[in-house]
Amino acid sequence: MDNKILFIILSMALVTYLTRVGSLALFRFTGIPVWLNRWLKHVPIAILTALIVPALLLPKGSLDLSLQNPYLPAGIIAAAVAYKTRHIIPTLGLGMLVMLGWRLI
Amino acid sequence: MTEDDGMSRSSFFAGVKKSVPIMVGYMPLGLAFGVIAREKGLTVMQTALMSLTSFTGSGQFIAVGLLSAGVGIPAILLTNFLVNLRYLLFSASMAPVVRKMPSIVQAVLAFGITDETFAVNMAEFDRKEADRDFMLGVNIFSHLSWTVNSAIGAAVGNLIPDIDRFGVNFALPAMFIALLIWQVKDRNTLWVAVISALISTVLAMFTRNSANIIAATVIAATIGVILCRNKQKSTF
Repeated sequence: MDNKILFIILSMALVTYLTRVGSLALFRFTGIPVWLNRWLKHVPIAILTALIVPALLLPKGSLDLSLQNPYLPAGIIAAAVAYKTRHIIPTLGLGMLVMLGWRLI
Repeated sequence: MTEDDGMSRSSFFAGVKKSVPIMVGYMPLGLAFGVIAREKGLTVMQTALMSLTSFTGSGQFIAVGLLSAGVGIPAILLTNFLVNLRYLLFSASMAPVVRKMPSIVQAVLAFGITDETFAVNMAEFDRKEADRDFMLGVNIFSHLSWTVNSAIGAAVGNLIPDIDRFGVNFALPAMFIALLIWQVKDRNTLWVAVISALISTVLAMFTRNSANIIAATVIAATIGVILCRNKQKSTF
């Protein structure tokens, strides 16, 4: 039983690592075509919103635009603070505070 | 930077500093994973080993769930692969900024790619060459937080009060929001962001894996290329 779990853990690590290193290894040999490079420049910003917006709007897996969803006010405050202060600590602090406060109300 | 120069302590610690939100955010996630892994029959050692070697939040949560449900190994690995397919996209977009680094360095940096480390590293080196030591600082300390908190969660998780109540679970969303706000610099970037958000959200209503992230990114980045091309045409 222990060996089976160990085998799963290690093979999972291998599979996960392949997804992380795959593109880097491929491009190491082929180089990065100019058109692809132009495309890849847009990927980080696209990934960022693709990750964060559903996390705020669907915290429990279904769309929740009600006031019961603390991620909405916390997210709006965090965005405003990030824009104003350009610093991560107040963004984190106030965002978490709103999150906390919203539940207490 | 050449491959034989020494380690830059200041870059490394600049990276460590930027990883603080990730370390805070991985705390509740790691603890939660530890508790669940233990519930599903893993030992503390196995839990820590999985976090150390896989370092993939969603992949690990799903894996321990499937494991305890008695699902076969091939199915567990396939699911893990599908959930983590987005990393192929991450490492692809990382490739241009690390392309001058030796293979071994790239291989090590790849090991630390997660949604969060990727976001922090790419925001730092927005379209310019990356700094190895900064990235190592971000990756190593994030990884450490994940592994240590998983182990703590597995060992004494049920004794720790639910720290979600203190708003800690908002650390990662807050960090993503800040990185996003700081990176939207022009109209094209804004469009890419808005389109990606829309597609990802709509798809998230129907899927429970990371397919929405991949689809949204691929479509939005493609539209980004088209927008930039049109802009060039109109300027000339």
